[in-house]
Amino acid sequence: MTAADNNASRPRGRVVTFERALLVFAVALLLVLPAFTSDFFVSFVLTQGLLLGIAAASLIFLAAYGGMVSLAQTLLFGVSGFVIGNAVTTGGSKGLNLGLDPWLGVALGVGITTVLAFFLGAVASRSTGLYFLMITLTFGVIGFYFFGQVTTFSGFGGINQVRAPDFVGTPGQFPERLYFLALAVSVIVYVVLRYIARTPFGLSLQGIRDDHVRMSSMGYNVWVHRTLAFTLAGFVASLAGVLFIWWNRQIDPASIGMGEILALLIIAVIGGINRLEGAWVGAIVFVMVNNYVRDVPGLNQIGLTEARFNTIIGLIFLIIVLLSPDGFIGIGQRVVRLLTPRAWHTSQAPGSDSGSGPSVTAGSRSDSGSGSAETTGNK
Amino acid sequence: MQWIALVAGWSVAAIFAAWVLVFANGTPAEPLVSQPGDFVKVLLNALTIAGLYFIVASGFTLIFGLMRVVNLAHGSFFLLGGYIALEFQKLMVGKSRNILGDDVGVFDWVIPLLLAAMIAGILGLIMQQVFLRWFQGQDMRETMITIAISVILADMMVSWFGGIGVDIQWPGLIDRAITVSGVRYSVSRLFMLGVAIVVGVALWAWLQKTRTGMVIRAGVDDTSMVQALGINVQLVFALAFFVGSALAGMGGVMGGSFAGLAAGVDGQWLLNSIIVVIVGGLGSLKGALAGSLLLGVVTAFAPSYLPAGFTNYSIIFTFVLLGAVLAWRPYGLFGTPE
Repeated sequence: MTAADNNASRPRGRVVTFERALLVFAVALLLVLPAFTSDFFVSFVLTQGLLLGIAAASLIFLAAYGGMVSLAQTLLFGVSGFVIGNAVTTGGSKGLNLGLDPWLGVALGVGITTVLAFFLGAVASRSTGLYFLMITLTFGVIGFYFFGQVTTFSGFGGINQVRAPDFVGTPGQFPERLYFLALAVSVIVYVVLRYIARTPFGLSLQGIRDDHVRMSSMGYNVWVHRTLAFTLAGFVASLAGVLFIWWNRQIDPASIGMGEILALLIIAVIGGINRLEGAWVGAIVFVMVNNYVRDVPGLNQIGLTEARFNTIIGLIFLIIVLLSPDGFIGIGQRVVRLLTPRAWHTSQAPGSDSGSGPSVTAGSRSDSGSGSAETTGNK
Repeated sequence: MQWIALVAGWSVAAIFAAWVLVFANGTPAEPLVSQPGDFVKVLLNALTIAGLYFIVASGFTLIFGLMRVVNLAHGSFFLLGGYIALEFQKLMVGKSRNILGDDVGVFDWVIPLLLAAMIAGILGLIMQQVFLRWFQGQDMRETMITIAISVILADMMVSWFGGIGVDIQWPGLIDRAITVSGVRYSVSRLFMLGVAIVVGVALWAWLQKTRTGMVIRAGVDDTSMVQALGINVQLVFALAFFVGSALAGMGGVMGGSFAGLAAGVDGQWLLNSIIVVIVGGLGSLKGALAGSLLLGVVTAFAPSYLPAGFTNYSIIFTFVLLGAVLAWRPYGLFGTPE
């Protein structure tokens, strides 16, 4: 529905050009920003924002193109980190302490996570909508308890002092190196996911999102498509996990607990869950709120101090869900539409600005089979 | 396909029984033939915790069955109910800390329970009326709203009640153990099972034998038809939300007396409710019962009958239960596809 599939089909009018220009501008800005800002900002706002954005992009990819709101992405993100932690540490903390080469650790982390994603996806993909959401939530929380209880791999204390490859160094020493790596991975993930959405696989995935009964009767294997999409998203989440463990140097079960699971969903929704770009927008907003809420005048007076960060982010999330279900991206689109002459809008496919919140109802739509592709086409 | 699942299911049950019966040497509980007392204890543990699972999950499933709302704030109402009851208990006993069993009469526990259930129910009702009512039919959006509220409530509860774990005190009358033919067991756990049975029977009678229950069951099957018959379906929704949240609050008081209250307990009980209803089938009271029993058996037996060095792997069996049921019946044991 909405912008996601319009991108695949709509004529390339001026609005598309505008969006592309905006994207190029954003990447260019991100490239030069480290020159003008502090190391703290580069590391704690930009790098963290980009890597959370990659994880959120895996969630948005599944939600926007597959109609599957997965809460297991945080688990997959964490599994990748835990595998690397177990593989590369040499002692001094819990875990296997295998002492392997950092790059071998990356290969293991990404590989094991992707295989795990395949199996989890195979179980969860037989369900849709809210069932899928709940099943993936249980995966995530069971994963949290697994790493907490099984001291062979971690325990609640977590794994500390995880080395990154030499060329990345430590964030304290070379914050820019990890930042540019995160930026490069972000751009590649974005481009590849957008490309995959236009392949026959991506198109049939979107067909399944809109009406899985019809796609099934046309001979598409719904379950296989969903499982493969989930596996791909698991791969993307594992990349974010690699960056996280290099950035954070340690990982513990609290990194993938209930709060973090919901945080990733909140990032995706406040950014805009029906557009991939929303992942990074949401992540940057999230870490900005996290780091700078103490500087907002007036909040302290009403009791919302820095310690109440979760209340503030929860309120932002609530307001977004109530008023603008397509997140900040949706707000931005509406502002752009208000500011540009009407004639420009003709090239934009209708339906992308419907205020009824198509994005957040993605799961229900794919269940009911009402076929939002039809609605878009008929308008 | 069906017979493969049946054969697989019975083989798993048979292996499990044989393991518990004879082979479980070197486990914390030892095999049934050598330590029958331990088996009885573990079985009672399974049944009593299943009772608590049922109370909490039945509220969750009632709301979903009728309104297709997955209330992810259910765990928050559980924890909040517990904290509210604790505050009332402190008031009634007149002590703010170190409350002992002897200080607490039966009413010092029952009245906080009822008040907490009532307040949790009212809060659930407010959430439904203020936020959810306007988005009926947009089930994903409703779910997101409950997530937002659970995040806010969780943080506010840390701020109001602190991050340190606290306990609600059972009444002195049941805060003891009895010994029957060599097996010592806690009375409060048996009491918990008793309350669960009472709640279960009351829910069943309400849904099956009263006019309101009939309307709710009809609403589960076909809401628009019920509405077309001139029944105020909004009133029924409000009632279901009140009862469902009140059950969460009630569960919170029992869970808080049994295992304590702390930040994070809300997520844990949300998870328990979700597993129960996924295994049993969403929206079905029978399913909630079956799911509670299965989850209770798994959570009680796995840590006791795994070899001593491996008891910390018991969480995996919860996942195995979930995966096995989903592979066999994607909509749960008593669930029906949408």
